[in-house]
Amino acid sequence: MAETFLRRRTPELFGMATLVVCVLVFEALIRGGVVNRYIIPPPSDILLAFERVIVEENILARCRDTAFEMLVAGGASVLVGVPIGVLLYRSALWRRAMEDWIGALAAAPIVLAFPLFLVLFGRSPKTIIVMGFVHGLAPIILKTVEGLASTRPVLINVGRSLKMTSSQMFWKILLPSAMPIIFTGIRLSWTFVLITIVGIEYLINLGGVGQLINELAERYDLPGTYAGICFVILVSVLFFLALERVESWLQPGR
Amino acid sequence: MSISEKTPLAQEPALVVDDVVKRFGRGTEIVTAVDHMSFSVKQGEFVSVIGPSGCGKSTLFNIIGGLLSDYEGAVKIGEERISAPHPAVGMVFQEESTFPWRTVIDNVAFPLELQGVPKSERMDRAHHFIDMVGLASFENAFPSQLSGGMKQRVSIARTLVSQPKILLMDEPFAALDEQTRLLLGDKITQIQQELNQTTLLITHNLTEAVQLSDRIVVMTYRPGQVKRIVDINLPRPRTSDVVGSDAFGHYVAEIWNDLREEASRGMADSESAASRRAAHG
Ligand SMILES: Nc1ncnc2c1ncn2[C@@H]1O[C@H](COP(=O)(O)OP(=O)(O)OP(=O)(O)O)[C@@H](O)[C@H]1O
Ligand SMILES: [Mg+2]
Repeated sequence: MAETFLRRRTPELFGMATLVVCVLVFEALIRGGVVNRYIIPPPSDILLAFERVIVEENILARCRDTAFEMLVAGGASVLVGVPIGVLLYRSALWRRAMEDWIGALAAAPIVLAFPLFLVLFGRSPKTIIVMGFVHGLAPIILKTVEGLASTRPVLINVGRSLKMTSSQMFWKILLPSAMPIIFTGIRLSWTFVLITIVGIEYLINLGGVGQLINELAERYDLPGTYAGICFVILVSVLFFLALERVESWLQPGR
Repeated sequence: MSISEKTPLAQEPALVVDDVVKRFGRGTEIVTAVDHMSFSVKQGEFVSVIGPSGCGKSTLFNIIGGLLSDYEGAVKIGEERISAPHPAVGMVFQEESTFPWRTVIDNVAFPLELQGVPKSERMDRAHHFIDMVGLASFENAFPSQLSGGMKQRVSIARTLVSQPKILLMDEPFAALDEQTRLLLGDKITQIQQELNQTTLLITHNLTEAVQLSDRIVVMTYRPGQVKRIVDINLPRPRTSDVVGSDAFGHYVAEIWNDLREEASRGMADSESAASRRAAHG
């Protein structure tokens, strides 16, 4: 029992071990004076700062705010992006007209347009959510189109030979077949969304973890700043774990 | 669709292919894939179409299945000219066509699900056909966990489950080893006889064609025409045991004679194409 458990968990254990080793190496380098401790604080200091940022800075509430913005923005980009992708897939004209623009949108540093969004939506979580949403939209649209278009022709022929209606064809063949690629799009999108949200919080000094990191950095509280960054990673890990769950639930057997 | 419903018009052709022509491309690049082909399949008959690779078999299959509506001549089921999939026709495709996101049993039950058959009934029926193709212990497996031949058997079961009056199969056994091919052939013969199913099998395998068919349509290589139609007068009920008989060997030799010519033309064609490419390259 114990042996098979170990074998099954080997990749995770190996990952953990690698992390621990890296941390120890940094600790040693910093303590040994090879790396300047005023640029990177020793991991042990960061670890000690965890309690402080949780108790004094109330970082868990900040994480909750950031996670909420992330959920709304990420969810909205799925809910809006997938249908737009479907529309583009259906209409060859729209697709040719729009695809390049959406590609450009995906590559554009929209974060830099934050003053415009500030004017439109005020200095409120609304601005943060809308910017996250806009940034997350393009990859989902593009990957939805790609996924639907890459459905194997023989599967479509199976559907045609069974005289499926176009809505049956969509729900029972095209969409399930496109699912893995759509999820790739969602993963890309959510990475953009989280970066944008934390970045904007930091830039406009508002709301969740991003703002707190800004404050800690201004105070030159380096261990605190890095501890804050660890919490951002935590939020991100939680979202991706949840996404993985949804994915394996939606498409078993892949 | 039960046995008692057997049509009294047993000798009426269930499927007529009348002077069918299909060309691909345009200008100087035209490929005539099917060239003035005519034959018919009687109700309850098992007919195979055999020909070398690239002779237009799948093209003919797609036309009869109603997936290629843009062709000349007529394919008729009853009085109807086929230009879209016909509800009486079930198709098994040459390429792997299982749904990777469904388990074996959900793949097989899929056509019944579309018809709105209640869950317990469709599971029972799917179960029956999965058993028949020998995958009973894989009902809950996903296609990614199966071999190529096993996936093909899932597709066959998925088509059989709705008991189509006319069964169209495009090289369904190509991915199977010889033993499985023979045994599955027996199953297909058995089902076909039980349901009095009209069957058109596309194949490039001689043994398979002779083992299963009442008649064999031999195709020429490019353009795809009917070279000859051979009646196979082997006794029925027939099992794979027939493969050992003299009569069987006789038919195989006879058809191979016709086929060899076409196959070598096909080979010469691709060889000369290759050497042309080499000379250019
Ligand atoms: N969509 C298409 N566009 C252009 N040419 C095509 C198309 N489909 C088939 N062809 C051509 O028609 C010819 C017949 O093809 P087909 O797929 O019917 O052959 P086949 O007899 O099924 O071969 P195989 O036994 O290898 O499956 C080939 O020369 C092929 O190049
Ligand atoms: Mg073919």
